[in-house]
Amino acid sequence: MHIKHLSGALVLAACLVTPALAAEPAKPGLTGKDIAFQLPKGNCLACHAIAGGEQPGTLGPELKDMKARFPDKKELAAHIADQTAFNPYSAMPPFMKHGALTQEEFDKLVDFIHGL
Amino acid sequence: MNKIAYPLALFCGLLAVASPALAGPEEDRQAMVKHFKDAYPKMDQANFIYGALAFNQDALNQYKSIMEFPPYVEEMEKAEKLWKTPMKSGKTYADCLPNGGKMIAGNYPLFDNAKGKVVTLEMAVNDCRTANGEEAWKYGDPKTMGLLTAHLRTLSDGMKVNIKVEGPAATKAYEDGKKTWYQRKGQLNFSCASCHTYGAGDKVRSEILSPVIGQTTHWPVFRAGTNLVTLQTRYKGCNGSVRHVGADPGHEIWNNLEYYHSYMSNGLPMQASVFRK
Repeated sequence: MHIKHLSGALVLAACLVTPALAAEPAKPGLTGKDIAFQLPKGNCLACHAIAGGEQPGTLGPELKDMKARFPDKKELAAHIADQTAFNPYSAMPPFMKHGALTQEEFDKLVDFIHGL
Repeated sequence: MNKIAYPLALFCGLLAVASPALAGPEEDRQAMVKHFKDAYPKMDQANFIYGALAFNQDALNQYKSIMEFPPYVEEMEKAEKLWKTPMKSGKTYADCLPNGGKMIAGNYPLFDNAKGKVVTLEMAVNDCRTANGEEAWKYGDPKTMGLLTAHLRTLSDGMKVNIKVEGPAATKAYEDGKKTWYQRKGQLNFSCASCHTYGAGDKVRSEILSPVIGQTTHWPVFRAGTNLVTLQTRYKGCNGSVRHVGADPGHEIWNNLEYYHSYMSNGLPMQASVFRK
């Protein structure tokens, strides 16, 4: 069901956006940390301080103690997928709603962030 | 106060406070000033003409020393030459523009009721060109329109931004620009306001986000030395940063945005053709 919805969404996205805007397939070996730190992917560092990351932005809060803040990983995943569903004024990009990451990248990213 | 006048005054007063429909450009600007006063109570908003540099004294000092001998001096010499070159009719831009082109940039963009649309300074330049036997330049082209305005706008250095929004058609254009300012765009879902109203002063990676107030006072800029960038080219660049394919410079969407955007800097002094990272 989930896969079906996702593939439907991807087909729709392919029709609606230029190829350059669709999430590119994950490169093999890209870790959750890579995805969080790299500009074309999650680029979480642009706004959040993260242990091990240099020159973090300050628009969002530091990402730490994540298991205490989000005991349920699914809840954290929902925030990363679309933070505007929780706070319409949030500047945080709705990564999955807008197809900025593949499902594989998203899963790796959520695992990494939840471990902070 | 008589028995009728008092309740009427009270009613009108309440209406003025309660109805956002009555808010106009000046109320918008004052609300923006208050927003930044609340967010940064100790900051002198006069420094907002320096953009993000206003939030970093070291960077501002470096900027001021760079501006003593800017790396784009040769470009400015070319710009002055272009300004002085007569058009096919034999007339110069100074002959064509109001007040010889001096101390006028702060009045632009203006709403031209006869044309029924916003007119930017760049559009006034192209009007001069077509009226004098030349072809219109492409808006945002750094080698022609950008270069000419790099000189033209310096003729208004020190002039205070003086945007006027009068009448329903002008108000409609202003409101359209305001809508663009707050409208989220692109895969990353940012509006201009996300970064430059609500996020101004914060950092994205190592870069401080500049505040909306003061942003329109100093264009074009020379980035990284000699790379000339016009305001509307920057608009399109911002769209690219949020992964949105933006309109080209000169599009009405940008003209109306520039109208709103410039209004937010009303009263601040202009200084054109400055250095930016």
